[in-house]
Amino acid sequence: MSQGKTLSEKVWERHVVRWAEGEPDLLYVDLHLVHEVTSPQAFDGLRLAGRGVRRPDLTLATMDHNVPTAPGPEDPVSVRQMHALANNCGEFGITLFPTGHIGQGIVHVIGPQMGLTQPGLVIVCGDSHTSTHGAFGALALGIGTSEVEHVLATQTLPQKRPGTMAVTVEGDLPDGVTAKDVILGVIARIGTNGGAGHVIEYRGSAILSLSMEGRMTVCNMSIEGGARAGMVAPDDTTFAYLEGRPHVPKGNDWERALEDWRSLATDAGATFDREVEIDATALKPHVSWGTNPSQTVTIDDVVPEPADESAARALAYMDLAPGKPIREIRPDTIFIGSCTNSRIEDLRLAASVLEGRRIAPGLRALVVPGSMLVRRQAEEEGLDKVFVDTGFEWRSAGCSMCLGMNPDILGPGDRCASTSNRNFEGRQGPGGRTHLVSPPVAAATAVLGHFGTPADLPPREV
Amino acid sequence: MEPVHRILGRAVPLDRADVDTDQIVPAEHLKRIERTGFGPFLFDAWRRDPSFVLNDPRFEGATVLLAGANFGCGSSREHAVWALEDHGFRAVIAPSFADIFRNNCFKSGLLPVELPATDVRALMEAVAADPSTEITIDLETKRVSGAAVDDPFVIDDFTRWRLMEGLDDIGLTLRHEDAIAAYEAGRGTWLPSSG
Repeated sequence: MSQGKTLSEKVWERHVVRWAEGEPDLLYVDLHLVHEVTSPQAFDGLRLAGRGVRRPDLTLATMDHNVPTAPGPEDPVSVRQMHALANNCGEFGITLFPTGHIGQGIVHVIGPQMGLTQPGLVIVCGDSHTSTHGAFGALALGIGTSEVEHVLATQTLPQKRPGTMAVTVEGDLPDGVTAKDVILGVIARIGTNGGAGHVIEYRGSAILSLSMEGRMTVCNMSIEGGARAGMVAPDDTTFAYLEGRPHVPKGNDWERALEDWRSLATDAGATFDREVEIDATALKPHVSWGTNPSQTVTIDDVVPEPADESAARALAYMDLAPGKPIREIRPDTIFIGSCTNSRIEDLRLAASVLEGRRIAPGLRALVVPGSMLVRRQAEEEGLDKVFVDTGFEWRSAGCSMCLGMNPDILGPGDRCASTSNRNFEGRQGPGGRTHLVSPPVAAATAVLGHFGTPADLPPREV
Repeated sequence: MEPVHRILGRAVPLDRADVDTDQIVPAEHLKRIERTGFGPFLFDAWRRDPSFVLNDPRFEGATVLLAGANFGCGSSREHAVWALEDHGFRAVIAPSFADIFRNNCFKSGLLPVELPATDVRALMEAVAADPSTEITIDLETKRVSGAAVDDPFVIDDFTRWRLMEGLDDIGLTLRHEDAIAAYEAGRGTWLPSSG
């Protein structure tokens, strides 16, 4: 028997409403985030059964997947879905941040920014990247629409208890290596199904050295490694990020919360079902070459020989030949955004690379802030001007080109350096080709016209 | 949910691993606000290729999908399950499934069956050689049989019971409303609310 408990076990156990031998645990949900795509059928289900929303005060909705990020003609089918969300929120008394509201943004960006995402909570959303919120030491689960309906009706979720998995990243990250490279390195190591049935706890000095934005990037892509969720134990970095945000406790409640949050960390004697160790000092900027997020190499590598039929299919789809240096691949589109990399720190990093430079001729380049508040903050810092001066389009908040369900899509055969999370076939638009990278690599690639890092850039013209 | 007891039908071999939910139903087709009507968009991009296995008339009417490991990875969209069901599939047999996809299947009544990779391979080969091969998935006995394969499969008793009775999860949970109310009464007053 292990002595002590892990972070995920502690959070799990304090949310068990009901336990019975041979049945899934019934977990209480502290925060339910809702968006337009995975909720309409759930609200319909409530209406059909004559049920209400048990805790509208623990539910928050926004529009992100479908929203256009630039002015233009609106797709009537998307508009219908957004109207459905607005009507459902009105009918059931749920707070909604619709398009045009300063609170609107990608659901996984607004929760943390409002201080609703807090350590020790159980958070769910009908979106697989809900794992993002685990960066605060919350247990955050992506769920399907039937489960969304279940949470709306009961504020609980029946769940089989997951296994525990430690991913320890130890050592100093080399210059130019970001949180995105850490998680791409983790996924390359464990594979797309390596975390299945488990909650990953990211540990080690490299993880603790990351900002909250960086930790969110790491936890965000836990699902790409197949994990049920990803978490980081809350520490002073977490508390400093949270303090003063709108929904965070104040005064005596803040002190009480701090004491509670400090008790969440994995106990010294606790053991994990699985453990993986990664040497941070050996990590480099990663670029994906294939059609799943484990198919990556470092920027210094070449496109690998296909190891199996799946890799051969991926190379054919990506129109890449083995042996081609990654630095010689030339994208035609650059996308900086998505719930993985659209926070203020991501934009600052990209802007610091771009300042005083120009993007390569002929490139289409978008920067899409994760929320309208991130957009406003970036504008206050003058980052929008940097992006526009270098040739990027500066957009409004939304999921944008991460997934092809709004006007920001790749055309067939287009090749994109993208800070998003999935390089699946057609993910960014039918026939589009995606290379996953960090914001600094995306920015440097935009300037060079081929993949590269900020270190590859020529000195700025004075 | 309709009760599920025994599925008997022909199968179609989709010999690919890591089939993600963006392939099962691409995002551009997720804008419907109903649960129905997703079948025509199943594997939308792949079906544009005339040689794709689902376009092969020999497999028309198949109710069992045979697939590679980690089926259903990626997005949590339950629309992927609805598209498979709307097309006529009642079960998917694969060496492994992604967690959220498997959960979604059980909510909707599509049966995800994990078998050893060698047996999935054997079924694929048998079905490719003779598309009239029938496969039986029996929830009562927890066995899959067809061609030379006769395997037990693992499913927890609670989920099996729910599927066989066609029970609504929400209805089951609401039987424990007292426990939910008791839990709520003990929640910290400083916990955040969205209002």
